Amino acid sequence: MPEFEPRIVAFLCNWCTYTGADLAGTSRIQYPPNVRIIRLMCSGGLDPVYVTKALLEGADGVLIGGCHPGDCHYQSGNYKARRRVAILKTILEQLGFDPDRVWLRWISASEGQYFADTVTEMVAALKEKGPNPVRELWGI
Amino acid sequence: MAVNAVLEIEDNVLNTLNAFLRGLLERGVVDDLLVPQTTLAGDNVVQTLVHDVAHLSAMNPMAPVLPVNSATLVSKLTITGAPRKVGVVLRTCELRALVELVKLQQATLENVVLIGVDCLGTYEVTDYATLIADGIDPTAELLAQIKDGPPRPHDGYNFRAACQMCEYPTPDAPGVHAPDIHLGVLGTDGGVLVTVRDDLAEPLELTPASIPAGRKAVVEALVRERAAERDRRFAEFRARVTDVSGLLAQFSTCIRCHNCMIACPICYCRECIVRTTTFDHEPRQYFDWAERKSIIRMPVDTLIFHLTRLNHMSTSCVGCGMCESACPNDIPVATIFRAVGEKVQAIFDYVPGRSLEDELPLATFREDELTELGEK
Repeated sequence: MPEFEPRIVAFLCNWCTYTGADLAGTSRIQYPPNVRIIRLMCSGGLDPVYVTKALLEGADGVLIGGCHPGDCHYQSGNYKARRRVAILKTILEQLGFDPDRVWLRWISASEGQYFADTVTEMVAALKEKGPNPVRELWGI
Repeated sequence: MAVNAVLEIEDNVLNTLNAFLRGLLERGVVDDLLVPQTTLAGDNVVQTLVHDVAHLSAMNPMAPVLPVNSATLVSKLTITGAPRKVGVVLRTCELRALVELVKLQQATLENVVLIGVDCLGTYEVTDYATLIADGIDPTAELLAQIKDGPPRPHDGYNFRAACQMCEYPTPDAPGVHAPDIHLGVLGTDGGVLVTVRDDLAEPLELTPASIPAGRKAVVEALVRERAAERDRRFAEFRARVTDVSGLLAQFSTCIRCHNCMIACPICYCRECIVRTTTFDHEPRQYFDWAERKSIIRMPVDTLIFHLTRLNHMSTSCVGCGMCESACPNDIPVATIFRAVGEKVQAIFDYVPGRSLEDELPLATFREDELTELGEK
C-alpha cells in the first residue's frame, strides 16, 4: 500500500503568508506538495465555516496563515482570526474532532523558509495522526 | 441603585402582579406594555403589545409556557428606536438574549422599561395546551409552590429541557443585567417582591421594604438543583460524543429544517449563510462527491449547518432552549449548544446577558491574549 499522503487545505492571507509561500517557490525551496492553497485578503476574513467544510469534506488538515501579530495589513484582522480559531478549536474538540488538525501560523512575506518548514512539519504531524476519520464516515 | 418593596397580596399572587403591571400603564410610567396574555382559545399564553389598559384582562406573566423568546419581539419593536415608552415583561432567558441582541445592534433600550419576572419553569407549548385541555391550571399549580419551592411540574410532565438545567430562574441573579423592574415570587409568602430602579419608586408609590426572608434559601435550592441537572446533562453529552461517530449519532435524525436556527433569538441574520446559494451546488458536484467518497448523505451539509451555527452564535448562547423546543425530532440541541457554549464562553470569561459593557467576544480582541496560538 502506498504511504498515506495527507491533504492540507491552506487559507493564506494575501499580504504575508501567501507572499511567503510565493517566496518559498521563487527561492526554489523544496517542500511537500500536500498543500492546496486558497488565497484570502486577510486571515480575519476567514469564516470558520470554510475550515469546517474542508475538514468535513475529508481534508486531513487545515493551515491558516496570517501576518505576525501587530503586522496585519488591516491593523487587527489577525487578532480577530486568532479569536475565531480559538473558538473553532474548542468547538471541534467538544464535538469529538481532533482540533490539532487545524493549524494557525503567523508567517511573514519574507519567511519563505519558515513557510516550507511549516508545511513539512505539518505533513509529518498529519502522517503521524493518519487520515482524517471523517473520510470513512458518510453521515456528515 | 435599586429599591426593594413588597406588594401586599389581595386575593392571589397572579392578580397582584397583574394589578402592578396595569398600574404601569395607568400611571403613565409606560405608554405600551409587552405582556403575556392567554389566547382566546385559552390553551396558550403569548406576548401581546397593549396600548389600551382595557385590554389587559387575560394577563399571565407567570404562565409556564414560552412560545417564543421575546428578545426577538423586543428587537422588532426597538431596532430603529421605540417610538414610545414601552414596558417589556421578560423571563431571565429573554432578558439575557435581549442584552446580546442590543450588543449585536439588533435592539435598543432607549424608551424601554425592562420588567423581569421570576420563572417557575416552562412546559413545551403542546404540553401546556394538553394540561389546559385536561382542566388543569398550570400557573396556579406552580404558584402554590413558591413559598417552599422548588416548584415541581405536574405529575407525568416535565419542564422544557432548557428549563430543567437553567441556573438563572430569577433575573436578580448575579451575572444577569439588572432589569428596571423585577417582580419576584419565589420564596415569598403573602407579598410579592418588587425591585425597581430608584427613580421609579416614587411614581409607583412604593415603600422601601426588605427582601422577604425566605427568598434566598428557596432560590438557592432551585439554582443548586438546576445546576446539578445541567452538569449531569453536560457529562452525559460529553460521554456520548467522544468522536465524530458519536457526534453523527446526535444528529442522525436531523432533517435540516433549520427550525433551531429560526427559533434562536441570537441567530438574527436576515440572510443566514446556510440559506444562501453558498451551499447550493451544481448537479455534477454531488456525483463527484459520491464518486470520491463512494457514498454521501443527502441532503448534504447537515453537520456543517450545526457547526457553523456554533461558530457564529455560541459565544452569545443564553441557553433558552428554543432550538430544542423547535426541533421536530427531539435532538438535544439545547444541551449540545449549551455544553459547547460553556467552553467557548469560558475562553473569554464571557457570560452572555451579564452586562451591556462586556464586549462581544467576536467583536473585539486583546493583543496579549491566546499568544500560544499561531506560534510553533
